[in-house]
Amino acid sequence: MRKLALIASIALPMLGGTAMAQETVKIGYIDPLSGGGASVGEVGLKTFQFLADELNAKGGILGKKVEIVPLDNKTNPQESLIQAQKAIDGGIRYITQGNGSSVAGALSDFVTKFNDRNPGKEVLYFNYAAVDPVLTNEKCSFWHFRWDANSDIKMEALTNYIKTVPAVKNVYLINQDYSFGQSVRSQARAMLGAKRPDVKIVGDELHPLLKITDFAPYIAKIKASGADSVITGNWGQDFALLLKAAADAGLKVSWFTYYAGGTGGPTAIKQAGLNHQVFQIAEGIPNLGHASADVFEKALRAKYDFSLFYPRAVNEMRMFAAAAEKAKSLDPVKVAAALEGMEFEVFDGGKGNMRKDDHQFFQPMYIASFGERTDKEPFDEEKTGWGWKLAAKIDTPQTVLPTTCKMERP
Amino acid sequence: MLELIVISTLNGVLYGMLLFLMASGLTVIFSMLGVLNFAHASFYMLGAFFGFQISRWFGFWPALILAPLLAGALGAAVERYGLRHVHKNGHVAELLFTFGLAFAIEEIVQIIWGKSPVDFRVPPLLDFPAFTLFSTNYPAFKIFMLVVSIVIFIGLLVVLKRTRIGLIVQAALTHPHMVGHLGHNVGRIFMLVFGVGTALAAVAGVIAGPALVTQSNMAGLLGPILFVVVVVGGLGSLPGAFIASLLIGLVQTFAVSMNGSLAGAFGPLSPDYAATWLSDIWNVTVAQIAPIMPYLLLVLILIFRPMGLLGTRDT
Repeated sequence: MRKLALIASIALPMLGGTAMAQETVKIGYIDPLSGGGASVGEVGLKTFQFLADELNAKGGILGKKVEIVPLDNKTNPQESLIQAQKAIDGGIRYITQGNGSSVAGALSDFVTKFNDRNPGKEVLYFNYAAVDPVLTNEKCSFWHFRWDANSDIKMEALTNYIKTVPAVKNVYLINQDYSFGQSVRSQARAMLGAKRPDVKIVGDELHPLLKITDFAPYIAKIKASGADSVITGNWGQDFALLLKAAADAGLKVSWFTYYAGGTGGPTAIKQAGLNHQVFQIAEGIPNLGHASADVFEKALRAKYDFSLFYPRAVNEMRMFAAAAEKAKSLDPVKVAAALEGMEFEVFDGGKGNMRKDDHQFFQPMYIASFGERTDKEPFDEEKTGWGWKLAAKIDTPQTVLPTTCKMERP
Repeated sequence: MLELIVISTLNGVLYGMLLFLMASGLTVIFSMLGVLNFAHASFYMLGAFFGFQISRWFGFWPALILAPLLAGALGAAVERYGLRHVHKNGHVAELLFTFGLAFAIEEIVQIIWGKSPVDFRVPPLLDFPAFTLFSTNYPAFKIFMLVVSIVIFIGLLVVLKRTRIGLIVQAALTHPHMVGHLGHNVGRIFMLVFGVGTALAAVAGVIAGPALVTQSNMAGLLGPILFVVVVVGGLGSLPGAFIASLLIGLVQTFAVSMNGSLAGAFGPLSPDYAATWLSDIWNVTVAQIAPIMPYLLLVLILIFRPMGLLGTRDT
């Protein structure tokens, strides 16, 4: 009798668990919630939870409630695979991740292998921020979808912009030492060389990923190199601390970045007094004046103390819902098929499309600078009083780059 | 070039002094208790978080005094009620005890303050550039850090060389058993040393917190370097720890500012090897391997001078 009760007490909650799982769509959020990447990971998590709430307020996806399950990967590929397995064991069929292309490569590989071995139990991987080009080229996978413009697209746009700024003469490259940082550095060299052969690259630095707490030695080196501009793909604390050290040393150069708007970045830029000298390439900024985006931005800011850093996450979640509705199913294989080639009105307005050949999403891109605001820029960042101002817009067709992907479909 | 050298020297000395604040406690504890305190860097972290919390309530200056006292009291309590009991079971048990303690402290810090960095700011009084050297500003807070570390270093030296308690501690460093046989209360000395040692680490935490990042992995980032300092400097040698701290601070800072690579020294690699692993080694710069320099030094010291630079015994 006692044994029976024991079995029942273990089994009953499990039954409850499966019953619950059928009523919710769970999305495993695998990103750093501790360690050096935690500051961006937590903002990402809250953004996704906010988006899940938005979908749930409209009745969820196919009548099912959306739930974000946070899984801490410590920005570590091995840890991510453990978390992914944990998610799959818990009945999760959709995972999303963004911070770190090293992690993304491992996850894409893992999901692809898992799906090969477990037909009928497929898992989809939505990548909202890992931008290493190989993920949609040599190492593309049918089960991986990317909503962020890849690093090459961003560098293409940035260098096109730099072409129009004659003041840029001596460029310093500083990047994180892993696949993404290395790709930024080599693309910057190649594209600058082709578009602005007169520009000199006076420094080319790779530093350990998310491990540096004091960038003062690097700043001293940039200073000594005589650079007038820095190009960096740094994100998270690697950007905030880099700018903080620059502010402390009084380094006055122009910064061309991918992720200046991340947590701590705007505060550091304000401290450094770099008024409209820090540029960022992204798929959206708060001050574009798009009506529905403004409403969303206000709602997000009312709830949390941060602004929207991931318009791509909004596109991801809304397109996921649209794809499920189109497929009339939450089966990952059908959702994946519906996502392929899907056209979508993106968060900040304009048409985007999920290219079938490589599962790379193409969308309008914006280069913006950070500094003092005029009446046209209602939103500031991190209570600095400064905000993003549009410098250049790149329409979707101009962002399309060829792919070498040979997609294997199930 | 001169600018880079001067600024790098300043940065290196500053980092080295910070290391010394922590390593001084560690090396004294190491040689007296014979146990490598794995939790030492955790007290550095506790210092930073206590400092953050207290500065929220009462401001930075009370925090600078109170946080190390609190962490030191905690350290003394750990010795009195933890280590002393574990001591009976030998050094391995002590080692494992401090190892577990480090994890426990990290978890507790995460529970209380969360996993992401806390907003520990430089006090407004010190938030200005102290001086401008060849157009590079040097922050006043960093000068303040330097001054605090130097004052503590001198204070420590005076206490050890000029006071009776210092005399006993010095004796216990080289002949711990003999001191016990002479009738000194070794238990109390151990507790005192452990308390003061952890308090020093906490001072480092309070002054490093606002300048670097205060978060729950900061102990893990710095801990391994401390062991390098202690081993390189020589067991139980305070001057050794001082020299090793400065050495490692300078080596790491200067390595970052160097661009040399094998390719730079011997010319580019022949294209035949461009796609092989050799090209990675050939093109890696000194700056890129800066973070592993201290460990390289550790390995070399252990091979060629196991007792450390100024160490006298190698047990």
